[in-house]
Amino acid sequence: MDLDKFLISVADSAHRKGPQDHIVMSSRVRLARNIKDGAFPGWAKKPERVRVLEVIRPAIEQLPEMKEAFSDTMDNLTQLDKQILVERHLISREHAARSAGSGVVINPEETFCVMINEEDHLRMQSLRPGLQIRQAWQAIDKLDSDLESRLSYAYSNQLGYLTACPTNLGTGIRVSAMLHLPGLVLAEQINPIIQSVNKLGLAVRGLYGEGTEALGNVFQVSNQMTLGEPETVIVERLEKVLAQIIEHEENARASLLEKKPKTIHNHIGRAYGVLANAHVISSKETMNLLSLMRLGVELGMFPTLHSSFVDELFLLTQPAHLQKVYSGKLSAEERDLLRADMLRERLKPVSRPIAKPSGPPSGGMDKAGKP
Amino acid sequence: MMCCVCKEKPATVHLTDIKGDKVQKVDLCEECAKTKGVNDSTFQLADMLLGLGASHEIEQSAGGADVKCPACGFTQVDFKKSGRLGCPECYVTFAEGLESLLKSMHKGTKHTGKVPNHLRQKRDLSEQLNALNKKLAKAIATENFEQAALLRDEIKQLNTKQAGTSVVA
Repeated sequence: MDLDKFLISVADSAHRKGPQDHIVMSSRVRLARNIKDGAFPGWAKKPERVRVLEVIRPAIEQLPEMKEAFSDTMDNLTQLDKQILVERHLISREHAARSAGSGVVINPEETFCVMINEEDHLRMQSLRPGLQIRQAWQAIDKLDSDLESRLSYAYSNQLGYLTACPTNLGTGIRVSAMLHLPGLVLAEQINPIIQSVNKLGLAVRGLYGEGTEALGNVFQVSNQMTLGEPETVIVERLEKVLAQIIEHEENARASLLEKKPKTIHNHIGRAYGVLANAHVISSKETMNLLSLMRLGVELGMFPTLHSSFVDELFLLTQPAHLQKVYSGKLSAEERDLLRADMLRERLKPVSRPIAKPSGPPSGGMDKAGKP
Repeated sequence: MMCCVCKEKPATVHLTDIKGDKVQKVDLCEECAKTKGVNDSTFQLADMLLGLGASHEIEQSAGGADVKCPACGFTQVDFKKSGRLGCPECYVTFAEGLESLLKSMHKGTKHTGKVPNHLRQKRDLSEQLNALNKKLAKAIATENFEQAALLRDEIKQLNTKQAGTSVVA
């Protein structure tokens, strides 16, 4: 199956809406499961991984949720395709590094994605735009219940679902949300927030999960403990903490605008200036500047734009997506040139940010660039 | 500030233990701290927090590095290297050593979340059977044979049902 044709277009993907998506970009719940007989993928030899894959993959494909799903083995996917899946947050970077004996199944709506033979035999995820962790949990709970009648899970009364790493034992659940927090970063309040979130037993990570940088002011907040309390308690705790982070981010944005309007307008104006005029730009710089532009959109400084415009660029300018657009493998230097070309082109019709977002829209002037 | 154990010497060792939202403070003199083994335990705590002691933990309590999982051949050394276990059976093989590790990384050591449906049914059935057996014993003791006969039939039915589910499981 052709992955390009299967995946939702970048534009449509960026246009998906969800509650609180001015701050919460997406929600995810993942469950780790293993089948009874057989070593965990990290310890199993290749023939055994292939055998397990051949048991699990058809069971997932038969699920009602997985009707007309994309399903393939990792050795069948090109390096570029795997990277695309990572940039879409459908698979982990670890899974992209895997080959024969591992697989992936994605439903057409991209609300379910199951990795087979990642660190565990099964890593099933439920994905939603905006803040919807409870809905994501309910959806994956049902998928898991459907699957357990088709597969024999490794489960113990004492320890719950058995996982390769003891950190995932019990419920095997990882509830997470991806948050855009430019306000807290600019107000230099992000570190105390991270520290207090850590104290509650939750982890704060970067854009691509474990061990990654918070590029573009995007942070992932997730639970760490999986044993000793039920899934619903974990989901509720995360909901409460997320509600608080959202409030802090909103307050940070409001008070920056009130107390340091020049700083904010300067940051956003410069971000627009560079993005719209650069001829060479790295992916990292792009993400950080697009983050500021997204903040500008939320603050009403780009009245003609919606945040999905920025989200689309955020995805399109990532290395693998860029290479897909220009169909071919590009060096990092070539990518930096083409990325700048794309950004200049896309930002041509966008007027520069207005510095007084609170006042009435100034009409004709700002829409001059639009036909 | 005086040592809170001997209440004689000045306290030089101050410990703060935070569990949930409860904060406990202990102030000890050097001697009392030594006899209570505070120095050792603080080191262990630091180890655990930093994840340094994790691999030692499993090694010490499960009988050295020679233990091998009978199902998959996984050893302590392998765990030390990867931080992952070999197979589901490893949790039985290395159970003893894992317990303190689990305590340090999780809320508890007993699973209280989702239970696979067939196990839940089985558990419900055996609970039902227990209750009926008790009733039966009571009925026989009070020579209520009519009720005993009814209960016996009910138990018989549940027993065949249980046999059926365990075949599926």
